[in-house]
Amino acid sequence: MVQQILESAKFFQPETALTITFCVALLVSLFDKKGTMVGGLVFCGLAITALLLVKQACTAGNVTLFHNMYAVDGFSTFFKAIILGSSLLVTIFSFQSNELLTAKRHLGEYYALLVAMTLGMFLMSGSSNLIMMYLSLELTSISSYILSGFTKQAEDSSEASLKYVIYGAFSSGVMLYGISMIYGLTGSLDVYGINEALQAGTVNMIALFIAGILTLVGFGYKISAVPFHFWTPDVYEGAPITITAFLSVASKAAGFAMMIRFFTVAFLDSTAGSLTLGTWQALQGFDWNKLVAILSVLTMTLGNLVAIWQTNIKRLLAYSSIAHAGYMLMGVVVLSSDGIAAVMIYFVVYLFMNLGAFYIVMIVANKIGSESIEDYKGLGVRSPFVGIALTVFLLSLTGIPPTAGFVGKLYLFAALINAKWFWLAIVGVLNSVVSLYYYVKIFRNMFLREPAPNAGELSFSPVHIVIIMIMLLPTLIIGIYFSPLVEIAQASVTMFGVR
Amino acid sequence: MEVGLTHFLIVSAILFSLGLFAVITRRNAILVLMGVELILNSANINFIAFAKYGGMKLDGQAAAVFVIILAAAEAAVALAIVLNIYQRFKTVNVDEISAMKE
Repeated sequence: MVQQILESAKFFQPETALTITFCVALLVSLFDKKGTMVGGLVFCGLAITALLLVKQACTAGNVTLFHNMYAVDGFSTFFKAIILGSSLLVTIFSFQSNELLTAKRHLGEYYALLVAMTLGMFLMSGSSNLIMMYLSLELTSISSYILSGFTKQAEDSSEASLKYVIYGAFSSGVMLYGISMIYGLTGSLDVYGINEALQAGTVNMIALFIAGILTLVGFGYKISAVPFHFWTPDVYEGAPITITAFLSVASKAAGFAMMIRFFTVAFLDSTAGSLTLGTWQALQGFDWNKLVAILSVLTMTLGNLVAIWQTNIKRLLAYSSIAHAGYMLMGVVVLSSDGIAAVMIYFVVYLFMNLGAFYIVMIVANKIGSESIEDYKGLGVRSPFVGIALTVFLLSLTGIPPTAGFVGKLYLFAALINAKWFWLAIVGVLNSVVSLYYYVKIFRNMFLREPAPNAGELSFSPVHIVIIMIMLLPTLIIGIYFSPLVEIAQASVTMFGVR
Repeated sequence: MEVGLTHFLIVSAILFSLGLFAVITRRNAILVLMGVELILNSANINFIAFAKYGGMKLDGQAAAVFVIILAAAEAAVALAIVLNIYQRFKTVNVDEISAMKE
């Protein structure tokens, strides 16, 4: 028992580093009024975690820790890298946010909670036990409730946190009820045990179907899939921009990792023959992937159609992020390692392009104090570099070559077509066309409309330009030279328990 | 009549439905949160009943203990948020709290 815990701890170093960073940050924030020291500390902690994660990726194979509570495999390590990348970038963004300074609170707590949220998402991407999944989901959620209401003097921010906490608590409660039913039906809480019980074929499939749908509510809420998305627009608009950016990338990635692991491992039919390598089959009687296909269509269609009417750029990006969750769900549907690799590639691309767009929204809001698309008129003239960078990010979000977004979409659609899901691929392409309309609206305002008469030139400091470049270069380079990324993603699909 | 697994499951299903009903119909944020607590506790009853009558190991009991702790943590954060909302808006009616437009 003790021996196994000690053995497991060796593979738990990145998470341990995050825990220590969190505790130290919390202690230091008691004395550090401004929070700059805590910010630096947190950045160092995250950097150390990154080193440990790289070390682990090179040495550890596929193992489960703590009596099947937690899996360390290529799949979870890849998602952890995405989560850590976005938390590092968001920490850098936070140093420059004017919005957070108006909070008039100890910013130290903000950074500490950012680490807590990162830890929760790390655990989400590795959990292989349903209670562990639920607890890590709640660790992420509770930290993000507080963070989204961090600028509590602002009405928007308070409202966002209230809506988030109500929807979040409700969805995870429903998910927990589903988990308790699965426990009763299969007699096990860890995904491998559930899989064994299901393969034995003694489980009532109708009851399992209901339990599966209840559990899906929790996953759907975390990745903001329609119809569990109602919190998303309000929270994304009201929360501080840094937190919106973090929620839209990292917490979505963690939700996807958890959902893919649960559905793939628990409902895997390992007895199914005559399948080519890298594909698998869901158990008879519960076609969860068809359910996810419906969610995917609803999610991307609603996200794209509602985004057309938005006038606030944060809210527009919120709906666009709902639509992107829909695209990524397409990769989950196909039940093959190609599909999952495509989701992973898309997340890397999405990390750079979406954080880039949010960063520019943040620095523009710092200067002009507005998030309305109307106020972006003439931005391309007032500050050409920022205008062009935002255009690249938006083109990439649409999926136009030669940007990275095109590569992401290409692999998703290729996986769909290989698996003969033609109708879903067509819906996806049509949706991308719709999305072009509202992205074009932004750069039409930036370049083709006259700026307001009293608006002068906007200048941004070199630091801003360097940070934009950190996200702009990968967005352009991955668009042209993408084979290393694809190889890493395809090598990392190995999930513990799936061949 | 012997009290068995079915009775516990029925109680938990009723509790879950009441919780769902409260979340959907109540407009007061505190009452909505109470509905959420009912949902969490209905799941707890399930866990413990299955662990006791299903001949399973202690997983279910352990799960229930974790959920109780977590419910307390969540309630603390949620009530702090509601308190802050009351200071800003002077109401805790979820319908009236909508500064952001559609």
